[in-house]
Parts: sequence; C-alpha cells; structure tokens
Amino acid sequence: MHYVKRLLYLCSKPMIEVDHLTKYFGPVPAVLDVSFRVEEGEIVGFLGPNGAGKTTTIRMLNGFFPPTSGSARIDGLDVFDRSLDIRKRLGYLPEHVPLYKEMRTEAYLGFVAEVKGVPARQRQSEVDRVIDQCGLQSVRKKFLGNLSKGFQQRVGIAQAILNDPDVLILDEPTIGLDPKQIIEIRELIKSFAGYKTVILSSHILPEVSMICQRVVIINEGRIVAEDTPERLTGKDKRKVALEVKGPEAEVLARLRTVPGVVAASAEARPTDHAGRYVVEMGQGEDVRDAIAQSIVAAGWSLLEIHTLRPSLEDVFIRLVTEEQGRE
Amino acid sequence: MKAFYAILKRELYVYFSSPIAYVVVTIFLLLSGWFFYSAFAYFSMISVQAMRMPGAGGINVTDMVLYPTFGNMSVIMLLMMPLLTMRLFAEEKKSGALELMLSYPVREAELLFGKFTACMVIFLIMIALSWLYPFLLWVYAKPDIGPVITGYLGLFLMGTAFIALGLMVSSVTESQIVAAAISFGAILMFWLIGWAEAFAGPSVGKVLSHISLLERFENFSKGVIDTRDIIYYVNFNILFLFMTMRSLESKRWRG
Repeated sequence: MHYVKRLLYLCSKPMIEVDHLTKYFGPVPAVLDVSFRVEEGEIVGFLGPNGAGKTTTIRMLNGFFPPTSGSARIDGLDVFDRSLDIRKRLGYLPEHVPLYKEMRTEAYLGFVAEVKGVPARQRQSEVDRVIDQCGLQSVRKKFLGNLSKGFQQRVGIAQAILNDPDVLILDEPTIGLDPKQIIEIRELIKSFAGYKTVILSSHILPEVSMICQRVVIINEGRIVAEDTPERLTGKDKRKVALEVKGPEAEVLARLRTVPGVVAASAEARPTDHAGRYVVEMGQGEDVRDAIAQSIVAAGWSLLEIHTLRPSLEDVFIRLVTEEQGRE
Repeated sequence: MKAFYAILKRELYVYFSSPIAYVVVTIFLLLSGWFFYSAFAYFSMISVQAMRMPGAGGINVTDMVLYPTFGNMSVIMLLMMPLLTMRLFAEEKKSGALELMLSYPVREAELLFGKFTACMVIFLIMIALSWLYPFLLWVYAKPDIGPVITGYLGLFLMGTAFIALGLMVSSVTESQIVAAAISFGAILMFWLIGWAEAFAGPSVGKVLSHISLLERFENFSKGVIDTRDIIYYVNFNILFLFMTMRSLESKRWRG
C-alpha cells in the first residue's frame, strides 16, 4: 500500500517542484542541493533559523535571481525560462514589506492591480475584494507610511493576493506583529488551504505547525527534514509529567520499576509536600495507566499526570544537532 | 502596456505629491528668469548706447539675449536634472520595492520607459513654463522665431540625454546621493570633454569634441539644426537606456 501511495505521489503533477537547487554567493553556498515538491492547494512551511537560506530559495522561486545549478518549476514551467508567465500566477510577500509611503492604501492596491494586469473594469471590485479579505476597510484612505506595522503587513498580503494568484509565497508573514494580529494573519493564510498553493517561510516553529500541512526544515542551506508537523514531533520520545505527593527518592525508584519506562527524573518541587517528575517512555508505548496504578498502590497521591508533546523546537534542535553529528 | 501606464501614473503622482517637482521647476524658472532678465537688461542698455553712437551696428537680440539665455538654461538643467532622476531606481532598490515590482508580471522595458516618460513629463513642464521669456522678447523686440524653436529643440534633446544618463546611474546604486553625484559628474564630464580638443591631438581631439554635450548644443542655440547633432542625442539616449535595461536585467543572469 505504501508503495502504491508513493507511486501516485510521484506521478501526480506537483504545483511547485524544486530540483537540486543550489545557489552560491561567491564561494559560500547559501542554498545547497535543495529539492522538495508542493502539491496543489497545499500549505507548506519553510522552516529554519535566520540565515538558513529560506529567503534565497524564495527569491529563486519568484525569479529574482537564478540558481547556480538545479531548477525550479511552478506548474511544470521553469521559473526562469517562463518567468513572465509564472509571475502572472504568483503572489509574493517579501520579508520586509516595501510599501510606497506616499500612497494611500486604496490607490496603492489599485496601482498593483493595474501592474498585475487586472482589466480596468474589474480593478475596483478586485481591490475591494482584497480590502475586505485582509480587513483594511478602516485604512482605505490612509497613507501607507502612517499605517501601523500590522496594517502594513496586511497591505503586503493584500497586494500578494491581488489578481487571485494560484501560488502564494510568503516570507515571514507574521514578523513584527502583535499576538492578536498574528492570529488574524494565520487565520487568513489558513483560509487559503485547498485552493491556493502556499509556501510560507518562518523561523517561528509553533506558527508553522499551526498553519501548515507539511514542513520543510532547512538549516545552513540544506534540507534536514520534510514531513507533517505531527509526524515530525511523533518521532521524538514521548514524555509524561507527574506531580506526586510522596518521598522523592522512593517515588523515583518506583517509577523506574514500571515496565516501559526508560528514564525518570525529578524536577523542581513546587510545594513542600509534592514533587514534579518527568518520565520518559519507550517508543510506541503508553504506560500512563501503569504509572498511575503503581503510584496509587504505593499509597501516594497522584495530583497531576499529563503527556508532554515534544514541540517543534525540540525536533528542530534534534535534527540540527543530528546533522552536525553526522559531519 | 498596462504596466507602463500604471508605472507612469505612479511616478508622476510621486513627483507631484512630494515637493520634488515643485522645487526643481521653481528653482529652474527663478534662475533662468534671472539670467534672461540680466541678458535683456544688458541688451537694452547697450542698444541705447549704440543709438547715440553712429556707426555702431551689428547688435541683435538673438545673439545677445536668446543665445546666452539658452546657454544658461542648459547649465541650470545640468544642475537640476540629476535631482529629478536620482530617486527613480535608487529609492526602490534601497527599500526593496524593486524586488517586489519585479515579482509582478512586468517587463523591464515597461518599468524603464514608465519612469523615463514620467521624468520627461516633469522636464517638459519645466521647459514649457519658460515660454514667457521668448514671448516677452517677441512682444518687445521681435526676434527671429527660428532660433527660439531650435533652442527649445536643443534643450529638449539634451534633457532626454540627461534623463537617460541619470536613469542608468540610478539603476546601479541604492543611494540617491551617490546617484545624483555620479550623474552630475558624468554630465559635466560629457559637457566639458570638448575642451581637450585643443591639446589632445587632431584625431583624438575631434572625437572628444564630437562626444561633447556642449558642442552639440551650441548649434541649436545659434539656430542651426544639424542632423549629426540630432543623431548624437538619439544615440546618447539609446546607449544609456540600453545600459539601464542591462543593469535591470543583470540580476536575472548574474550568478
């Protein structure tokens, strides 16, 4: 079954296809042999620390500069040979949104619509559509230079989705926004799922796991992992946190005797009488009930038990350190 | 072509929504008005003296007022045009707006000619508003209309050359100051390069005086239309617009 799936995956025509993309700036590789595919309607997160090569890859995808070697295709068309055709179907949000300060929101979006080739008759309705979609009604007539960072970012997204492009490339779309604005922008991007192909770069891990169906993790110009957020986090060992009222040394000793427990350690004591413990479980085993029974059987009180999900931070650090270990 | 109009409109909007256009045009008109006034006042003083002196002839309004006025207007243009062209690409390169612009389905040529045309419009408004000086002259002194027309033709052609050069310089730097300084220096160099004619030897000297912007303009302000001069300015424009195109496209092939 797995092979059939794999075969279907290889036969289906991906929307974005990046093939051994490499970019050198002088002798230094910024992006080294990067390959990945994005299916139509998929939202893919492009994750990596600052300077990992995310922006470089994105700039090659929108045809800003050519790769040193390798190729990138959008809907089967090479992004360099067919740059103009590609750009008609692409919406791009750069990392620092460069807006013309001296223009008003509506006039600016009208200008972008005209440049993007929206026919004159549909221009106003198209501008109205993105203003509604990005919640810009209140700043319609304001100068872009006077808008808050959050609104500027939204205007940036609005210009990207003008003329309804099939592919959206968003470079750090939530950078510099306050938590409320971040949630709004995330919801907006999530709403594209299914009918727009989105590549979203970020160095904020929870954000990517929240929005994206698939994550490509890049470090020092190379892809270190590519999977769904769930499966990436699932590869890590599962941990259980406990709060138990009882003598620390005895509790630890007992926890270690429970079958399936790999390791147990004590954390800080929040109160005088109860201690916190972290238990590491073996791969694929769930020993929560065994632990609970064992504690209760010893006559101690179990105040709290919950599974610790490894965050993408943990995954990321693991992947990056594994990568360094291999070299 | 849609993108061309959109860019043209936006650039004009920027010129007029900021003080740039107003300040440059006003200063140009103030200075050229002052030069015109001085030349005209000097001419009227001389002509009063000439009337008292029998036999003193050979002064005319074309040589004494129109010719120096056009010459002075071209010098003011030399100072003002880099200020109009310096921001055209440098500003957008610095802010990153050029990267975003080139992610739209826009041809480099549309972008370039949109900006070129916008700057041309400002420039044409600038020299068109100086119509008052030849008009006043015409009311009081009835000069030949021919040299007025050729003078403006010369100013127009030279202005396009300044804009083409300024655009090219602006497309290779992110700093507007650097763009202004280089285009000012380059224009001045092209202007004065003919001076070397006297000591550069006969063959090299001829080439140098041929590429001098000043020598080319002299003919126009005297009322002479030489096709060589027109072709010179057209070539100058083509060369610098081509170089700007290459500089814009270079990011696509420069590994």
